[in-house]
Amino acid sequence: MLEIRELCCERGERLLFDQFNLVCGPGDIIEIRGANGSGKSTLLRILAGLAQDYSGTVSWRESAKQASSEVSPIEFRRLSLYLGHASAVNASLTPLENLMWLTELTTPVDESRAIAALQQMQLGECEDVFCHHLSAGQQRRVALARLLTVDARLWILDEPFTALDSAGVDLLHQLIQHQVRDGGVVVLTTHLPLTGLAGVKVVQL
Amino acid sequence: MAGKTIIKAVLRREFLLSVRNASASLNGVWFFVLVCGLFAIGIGPDKEQLGGLAPGLIWVTALLAVMLSVDALFRHDYADGSLEQLLLAAHSLYFLVLARLMAQALLIAVPLALVSPLLALMLGMKAAGLPVLILSLLLGVPTLVMIGAIGAALTVGFERGGLLLALLVLPLYVPVLIFAAAAVVSAADGYTYAGQLMILAAQFVLAVALSPLAVVAGLRLNYYH
Repeated sequence: MLEIRELCCERGERLLFDQFNLVCGPGDIIEIRGANGSGKSTLLRILAGLAQDYSGTVSWRESAKQASSEVSPIEFRRLSLYLGHASAVNASLTPLENLMWLTELTTPVDESRAIAALQQMQLGECEDVFCHHLSAGQQRRVALARLLTVDARLWILDEPFTALDSAGVDLLHQLIQHQVRDGGVVVLTTHLPLTGLAGVKVVQL
Repeated sequence: MAGKTIIKAVLRREFLLSVRNASASLNGVWFFVLVCGLFAIGIGPDKEQLGGLAPGLIWVTALLAVMLSVDALFRHDYADGSLEQLLLAAHSLYFLVLARLMAQALLIAVPLALVSPLLALMLGMKAAGLPVLILSLLLGVPTLVMIGAIGAALTVGFERGGLLLALLVLPLYVPVLIFAAAAVVSAADGYTYAGQLMILAAQFVLAVALSPLAVVAGLRLNYYH
């Protein structure tokens, strides 16, 4: 369960959040909506633990009842998966090398599982091609393959649909649907209408 | 403490990327060779004069070559988002960054140390100084990389951080330069050089232990906006 209490954060002398509260539990899809510059990405970075210059509390608890079940920061990084604007795909590495590296940082998997994930993202043929030969959409798919390899409870996705074709968008919809059916939480921002997803809770900034 | 497999993965990635981008990785060495060559041409063929200047020239050039290489240390990873993911790793960042800096220190120091004897001979340095020159580069350049990484971490968010990096880092490079060049001069002139090398080693140990802390903090700062 993710809980944000009295979050205040300012950027460049502008107050982005003032006493912002959000609670989400298993099975929630939260869409953060707001105009450009309203602080969507900043909020997601704070959730992920990347930006720490805020006041208030952001906590993840294993169960809603026990206040003591809050997890440690390192444990939280294993439970959460953050995907930013940039895909974190190195152009001089192959998709498989990139995926193995990215999973190694949180929860290592063996190569066969990584290959299966790439195949599911329809990157089967370009496993051994350097990523600078791939299109922006294919690079995004490499980044999204992490969703299939890492067993994270909380997905934090910043504009995950960028550069994806319609088949890719459908695939990501399925992945998100699957994740929340398994009791996970998905927090995302997007400028596309999320018509393919059921049960999206919208939070307006 | 980070596990063995992640440390291995960090090292593998650094070496792989360095080999794949070999032309960029060797920029520093080219700079080193070219500038030393220019000094030889500029100062003239007087062997006495050149030989006396050689230890200082070589070390100053090596120092600038390191600064050139260090500027690119995190730039790529910052641009493509890999740095965010590194900072969110479920491991001790101190050890991840330490492993990375050690790999880079090796990748920068070893090529410089390898070509240095040739340059020293070209500049007419006395042969007695050669082993100490190599040793001082192997000890001093990693220290420079560690210190430079702090500056690189702080300036990675700026598009043209090069000059700022120089301003931040050059004053901290001076102690290394003093003792490294002094060791080579002493050795070339046949005096004892153990003291200077020991101080270089002490600086290295200090830099290895402390710089990852500063680098991690510096990298984090880039996401506070």
